Amino acid sequence: MIVISNLHKRFGDLHVLKGVSLTVEKGKVVVIIGPSGSGKTTLLRCLNALELPTEGSVQIGEVKLDFSARGRVDKAEIARLRRQTGMVFQSYNLFPHMTALQNVMEGPVTVKKENPDSARAKAVSLLTKVGLADKLDHYPAQLSGGQQQRVGIARALAMDPQVMLFDEPTSALDPELVGEVLKVMKELALEGMTMVVVTHEMAFARDVADEVIFMDQGVIVEHGTPEQLFTRPREERTRQFLQLLQ
Amino acid sequence: MQMFPSSLFDNPERLNRWIEIAQSSFLPLLKGALTYTLSLSIISFAIGLVIAILTALARISGSKPLVAVARAYVSIIRGTPLLVQLFIIFFGLPSVGLTIDPFPSAVIGFSLNVGAYASEVVRAAILSIPKGQWEAAYSLGMTYRQALQRVILPQAARVSVPPLSNSYISLVKDTSLAAAILVPEMFRKAQEITATTYEPLLVYSEAAFIYWLICLVLSFIQDRIENRLDRYVA
Repeated sequence: MIVISNLHKRFGDLHVLKGVSLTVEKGKVVVIIGPSGSGKTTLLRCLNALELPTEGSVQIGEVKLDFSARGRVDKAEIARLRRQTGMVFQSYNLFPHMTALQNVMEGPVTVKKENPDSARAKAVSLLTKVGLADKLDHYPAQLSGGQQQRVGIARALAMDPQVMLFDEPTSALDPELVGEVLKVMKELALEGMTMVVVTHEMAFARDVADEVIFMDQGVIVEHGTPEQLFTRPREERTRQFLQLLQ
Repeated sequence: MQMFPSSLFDNPERLNRWIEIAQSSFLPLLKGALTYTLSLSIISFAIGLVIAILTALARISGSKPLVAVARAYVSIIRGTPLLVQLFIIFFGLPSVGLTIDPFPSAVIGFSLNVGAYASEVVRAAILSIPKGQWEAAYSLGMTYRQALQRVILPQAARVSVPPLSNSYISLVKDTSLAAAILVPEMFRKAQEITATTYEPLLVYSEAAFIYWLICLVLSFIQDRIENRLDRYVA
């Protein structure tokens, strides 16, 4: 479903991704962990071209993009890649001038030109699924962080993505609100959604991930099942990082 | 009691004359305001806003030629008096074979003026919207234009209502300059009435009063718009 090969990203002199390759199969949940500045968020943002990689290629489903320092990537291809993915942001990034329902309808109606009535019906069922059936007409400012993030998940799902990308979805939440978001994510994983999740929630990684990836300084240091990585890390850097968390 | 020899209150005849002139001139002035002052300002503001948005987008586009053109435009318009601009358009352009009627000349001048000033307001408003809003729009597969129309500009509009209202109120008053290029708006009407009645204090005060009334109504409308746009802010 996802094939990343030899991905590099430079911001000026800063070499943030140093040749990352990764394959994610359909229906799998991959959790990326690592210290801040390790490049994990940049990697995720390269998957839907919010950051344009300096070098390498990204393939999601049928759409493959090749990047090089000079060649410009076709905008239509970028748009196609983005339509394969749904993104959930650390700071939710809901549209504040739209209600929860309008936020979820916006993509299908504006981008996919769906009929507003069917888009509304779908949005209602998605918001019901994330437990917000009673908040349809609330504006983001009237919702808690956990509720906003669940709207964010519903908004991404409304585009019927092949892959869901989560960028530290619970990092901005008060501790008591983390659970409700993780629960929705876990349900999604159980339904067979292909997911790439950057998170610090080790319990979630242990519980839900098929594969855990440890990144540091722009490279994948180690990857494996949660069992392997958490209980028998092979690399010293992984061990140090896991120790810091305890 | 001879401190003000021609004081109104010593002279009941003149007082009566004033009341008469005030009564007979009020409707023509109001008509000038409603037909020209308002239409001139509304049309010019609408066109000016479109110019302002395009100029603001050019300024933040990152394309060197676009940025240069936008900067030059804003710099020239802001750096020269509006009255001089109107004179160039109306009295100057005919000498290169471009003769434009008073009203369209005024619309061109005022639109260009509003466009330049409001572009800075619009630019600041667009830049004040967090980057995450663009990213969320793009992540849904929106194009630049869709993101702008659906996500960024509606939020920027809220931020820019107070400063744009200021621009509009200034514009309403600036339309009096169109009198100098023969547009029969309220101030020109006032000049004409003054020319026949020889009562400048009375007639110009009346005009001033009508400008003030219009601006009162506009402030009221501004409050309404702000309340409406603020409804999603907790």
